[in-house]
Amino acid sequence: MAQTHPGSLKSMSLSEGALALTFALTAFVTFFIAAMAHTPEFAFHAALFAAGSAAAVFAIVERYFNRPAGPTPLTIDGKPNYNMGPVKFATIAAVFWGIAGFTVGVWAALELAFPVLNFDLPWLSFGRIRPLHTSAVIFAFGGNVLIGTSFYVVQRTCRARLAGDLAPWFVVLGYNFFIVIAGTGYLLGITQSKEYAEPEWYADLWLTIVWVAYLMVFLVTIMRRAEPHIYVANWFYLAFIVTIAVLHLGNNAAIPVSVFSPKSYIVWSGVQDAMVQWWYGHNAVGFFLTAGFLAIMYYFIPKRADRPVYSYRLSIIHFWGLIFLYIWAGPHHLHYTALPDWAQTLGMTFSIMLWMPSWGGMINGLMTLSGAWDKLRTDPVLRMMVVSVAFYGMSTFEGPLMSIKSVNSLSHYTDWTIGHVHSGALGWVGYVSFGAIYCLVPWLWHKRELYSLKLVNWHFWISTIGIVLYISAMWVSGILQGLMWRAYTSLGFLEYSFIETVEAMHPFYVIRALGGILFLAGALIMAFNIWMTIASPEEEAARRTGSAALVPAE
Amino acid sequence: MSLWTKHAIFEKNSIILLIGILIVISIGGLVEIVPLFYLKSTIEKVSGVRPYTPLELAGRNIYVREGCYNCHSQMIRPLRDEIERYGHYSLAAESMYDRPFQWGSKRTGPDLARVGGKYSDEWHRDHLNAPKSVVPGTVMPAYPWLARTELDYKYIANDLKVQSALGVPYSDEMIANAVADLRAQAVADHPDADALQKRYPNAQGRDYDGNPGAISEADALIAYLQMLGTQVNFKLYDNKANIR
Repeated sequence: MAQTHPGSLKSMSLSEGALALTFALTAFVTFFIAAMAHTPEFAFHAALFAAGSAAAVFAIVERYFNRPAGPTPLTIDGKPNYNMGPVKFATIAAVFWGIAGFTVGVWAALELAFPVLNFDLPWLSFGRIRPLHTSAVIFAFGGNVLIGTSFYVVQRTCRARLAGDLAPWFVVLGYNFFIVIAGTGYLLGITQSKEYAEPEWYADLWLTIVWVAYLMVFLVTIMRRAEPHIYVANWFYLAFIVTIAVLHLGNNAAIPVSVFSPKSYIVWSGVQDAMVQWWYGHNAVGFFLTAGFLAIMYYFIPKRADRPVYSYRLSIIHFWGLIFLYIWAGPHHLHYTALPDWAQTLGMTFSIMLWMPSWGGMINGLMTLSGAWDKLRTDPVLRMMVVSVAFYGMSTFEGPLMSIKSVNSLSHYTDWTIGHVHSGALGWVGYVSFGAIYCLVPWLWHKRELYSLKLVNWHFWISTIGIVLYISAMWVSGILQGLMWRAYTSLGFLEYSFIETVEAMHPFYVIRALGGILFLAGALIMAFNIWMTIASPEEEAARRTGSAALVPAE
Repeated sequence: MSLWTKHAIFEKNSIILLIGILIVISIGGLVEIVPLFYLKSTIEKVSGVRPYTPLELAGRNIYVREGCYNCHSQMIRPLRDEIERYGHYSLAAESMYDRPFQWGSKRTGPDLARVGGKYSDEWHRDHLNAPKSVVPGTVMPAYPWLARTELDYKYIANDLKVQSALGVPYSDEMIANAVADLRAQAVADHPDADALQKRYPNAQGRDYDGNPGAISEADALIAYLQMLGTQVNFKLYDNKANIR
């Protein structure tokens, strides 16, 4: 191997060599598959894998030539040598995918209001872009926020450098490659039609490898910790990573038709498949969109408010109660279906019980502000995160309500479900993510503050109006349509044909799209603010000390 | 007090925390999922329910590809208005060969569990091509490419083979004749129609898309839609058979 300086022996590490070799092999195999593929769409994906693998080999070798000899030190002058590169990448990726996902969502909403926008094009039709929207916001936006923040939080709370040399980069880049495969797949009609688990077998296989690497990096970093205790945020991150792995493997068990075909068939069928799907589906909400983001709450709110977490004991009850009860809630998606009644009743009962740990967590998050409530007036970032916890409380009250069978008989199959999901997704997941990004960017790029807190304020108010328009339109349209479906005339006939109930939705679909546009506008303001923060020239240390004298009015 | 200090064991040992999480999250799923594989009501066999013909299966794959499940459910709940609107409530057995299931979660459009035979082939053709031509108020996208695109059924036998490995009763004979059966079902009065009927009782063979020159994706999708919910004869169905 090449030697940069005579005397200092530089050699490729085992992991660099093994990974480069594996990628080289993958490039050859996938190139062969691309040549033999049964469909052009699959050939395209196999070619993407080949190109990605070749790029990975190139990147590993390039990095080897440019890096100093010897391993990266874990500490410098007794302080942990944090690895923030992957965190920066994931943060930027989150902003990018967020805007992409919100835009697709707005387009899908507009298609329902104005179907002409489908343009008779396969890749633009609602059935293909709706999964693109859900996956983009949940897995691309949410996933990058979770990976980015978890890599940040685990290092800071353990006072240890992220485990692995190439592994953290493999996780971040590999995950985003999965996003590209999944998203382009939907547009090309490659889907296994399981909601929030649409990617086909080869994408699932790739995600499994990436996810195992993620778990290993996270776990080994915890093992390296300089602190005796594992911080509460890391319990939640760990539960999220482990449970998503279990759910992903269970729900995506499938046999491909051929290695040259994108198509596979799920090993479960009918009612068993329905139960497995919603065991997965509801816990994608429970562990991806809740446990993971609660970890963000438990780190970023105390940090930003400069107060300790309200109650340590409440956090223990919150953690174990939440992860135990959530797993049972899946059958509430299958009320009055061919799933046996006892399973539906179990799902409903546990969903109602879930209200308690959820609100325990909300109280723990909100009460962390005790003694610092005045900061809500002066700090729009903290306000965003606190409002997100309030939305969390609202949707975790609405959820148990909708899981009651008699309520569900009205709400199921209607827009009420869509409204409920979005009060959680836009209000809770969106706001806590934005708050975390607003905190992280100045920390990561060593700036004193964001470019403009005023713009954060604008983001907050514009998107709040957007959320209110969105969810209230969906409440009205959902309940209206549910009632119209079951309305009878005095003579005992069904009062409305199905198409009459569809036509009645139009004004609400327009309002919903408007709400989505406002939310997207807020996110664009955020992207500008983030861009300007990173691009702004480095603050001088003198100014930093000078500003400490400014204290907000009591 | 002592109980709270005992929690430190999870906070100080990452592997014990990991094992704790795994145990706690396993219980609910196991209790709710495992019984579904042996309870009579979820594994009942109902007369008339048969695996999909190759043409119907190809149509179902198009249904999946286009994401129809995003707006159409296939699960009629035992509620008065649904039974009057859509027909008999759905049985578990009716989706026993569905991999994956297509029950859906949203009705932007109506339920399709029993759409088979409700409309003519011509109606479906027009509706897929330009939904507003038959339902003016609809918000459904048009699917004009289905009638234009020739169905790719070269490898359809592979699909049957994989399903048979998963337990769907596709016989070797069915797999060997998959392509022939698909062609036989896509035209009216095909000479092999009897063989198709023998392998797949009540399979309907005709030119679904009105274009006898080619087998299009519309042929397959309409064949699938027209069989949905038609397999069980509810005049003969005994709903007490599964009560123990």
